[in-house]
Amino acid sequence: MLRGFQLFGLFSRISILNEMQYRANFFIQVFQSALTLTTGLIVMNVVFSYTQTLGGWTHAELLAIYGVFFLMSGLVGALIFPNIWAFMEDVREGRLDFILTKPEDAQVLISVRQLALWRLVDVIIGVVVLAIALTQIGQQSSWLQALAFGAALLMGAVILYSIILIASTAAFWSVRVWEMMEMIGSIFQAGRWPVGIYPDWLRLGLTYLIPVAFAVTVPAEALTGRLTPQTLLFTFFFTVFLAFISRKIWFYGLKNYTGASA
Amino acid sequence: MSAATQPVQELPAATLSDRIKMYMVAGRQAIIEQLQYRLANMMFMVHILIEPVIYLVVWTTVSEAQGGSVGGYTTAQFAGYYIIWTLVRQFNLSMGPHSFHWRIKEGRLAAELLRPVHPLQVDIGYYLGYKIPQVIYWLPMGILLWLLFRPEVNPELWQILVFPVALMLAFFVRFLFMWVLGLVCFWTERVDAIFELYFVLELLFSGRLVPLSVMPAWAQTVANFMPFQWTFYFPIEVLLGRVDPQALGWGLLAQLAWITGGYLFIMLVWKQAIKHFTAVGS
Repeated sequence: MLRGFQLFGLFSRISILNEMQYRANFFIQVFQSALTLTTGLIVMNVVFSYTQTLGGWTHAELLAIYGVFFLMSGLVGALIFPNIWAFMEDVREGRLDFILTKPEDAQVLISVRQLALWRLVDVIIGVVVLAIALTQIGQQSSWLQALAFGAALLMGAVILYSIILIASTAAFWSVRVWEMMEMIGSIFQAGRWPVGIYPDWLRLGLTYLIPVAFAVTVPAEALTGRLTPQTLLFTFFFTVFLAFISRKIWFYGLKNYTGASA
Repeated sequence: MSAATQPVQELPAATLSDRIKMYMVAGRQAIIEQLQYRLANMMFMVHILIEPVIYLVVWTTVSEAQGGSVGGYTTAQFAGYYIIWTLVRQFNLSMGPHSFHWRIKEGRLAAELLRPVHPLQVDIGYYLGYKIPQVIYWLPMGILLWLLFRPEVNPELWQILVFPVALMLAFFVRFLFMWVLGLVCFWTERVDAIFELYFVLELLFSGRLVPLSVMPAWAQTVANFMPFQWTFYFPIEVLLGRVDPQALGWGLLAQLAWITGGYLFIMLVWKQAIKHFTAVGS
């Protein structure tokens, strides 16, 4: 575990040095994030020009969900997706063999190599949106709530990582996994609305299949005082379960991998 | 070939039957390619369907909270709107600017320029053929959505008959404007931000997000000066049975006007773009 963090620190430093060469990308990222944010706010305004609450959430509370969504997609975009893309490319190009020969845990190695530094702009924007939303709601969050929020956020990130890892192991069998990643990306978009509004069949899918519910709605519930200890506990078990399963599937995939390079 | 600095020659006067034959070949290639990747295609379909389903759920929730209708649409009409949306989306799928970028970056364009037909023409043929497997893949999904959301769609016979025309023209409008956007790649490598801006404009002003008449008044005014509503809102409304004959006539004319404008613009920019183009490899 500690080794993992050390490796993460080392690779992050390299990534940061690398990204610092392209500072113009920072401004492009800011532009794109501002664009996404503006669109999201316009959409929300259109919806709330016709109604007071959506599935029991007020405008300010929905803004809080949007903040969490932004934050989470920043995290996924900065830390998880670049690594998974690189991993899938490595399988396709036959470079994965070199990673497997290294004396480190291969899952850890493929998971910490990349850091898309500028995507962290979204994390900052998410935090700002969240802060504004919380002031608008005007309700004091207790320390306990803040703690629950932090825990829920962390567990949400682990859940998303596990799901994306499971999906990406398909790369061991089929080289065309691009569509699958696109699909997961667009399903994640469903998370900008509270999962409670979706019909049952879809809500189940968004809870257990592609667990957007745990990644976005649960942390937002923690901050708006809707989270029950039961849900948090269940989230914890679900996180452990998924992390375990994804590792099993990863090993199973590795066993099937036959190597492609010379 | 090391460098193609030669401007592309004008098309030799191809006969109409040559042109049609070329479309058929490009179209068949698209069909064969698509049928190879069935699983990937199903996933792509889910990727496309999830977007309108989200909008539909949001507006269903709003509409039900407001007693069954919002902005002139009943809950069931929203369902109809977004289900037709999915068909229109299948049809107006065009070559994304990213493919254009790839085509230039990988040096594919160099080879394409050597052909005696304009790449635009090949793309048209390819994407027309592409529609056939896409619609086949769409059918089960469309039926499923129909059963799940119970839409209310009641077009007159003439509206049903005109719908394919509006649909086809919608494809051409979108296809040409995406191509225009693709031409930006001739001048700059950093195109992502520009593409994103385009898609945001499309989202807000095409009826892709929500029926245009539900948008605020300022957005509707802006939309009138843009081509986007003719690619989503108009064809959907036709099949939904909400367009009267007069509006229908004007709509088709507007589609044709944007198509002509887009085509002329491409021809104009293309000449400049190709001068800018230096090929490496292939």
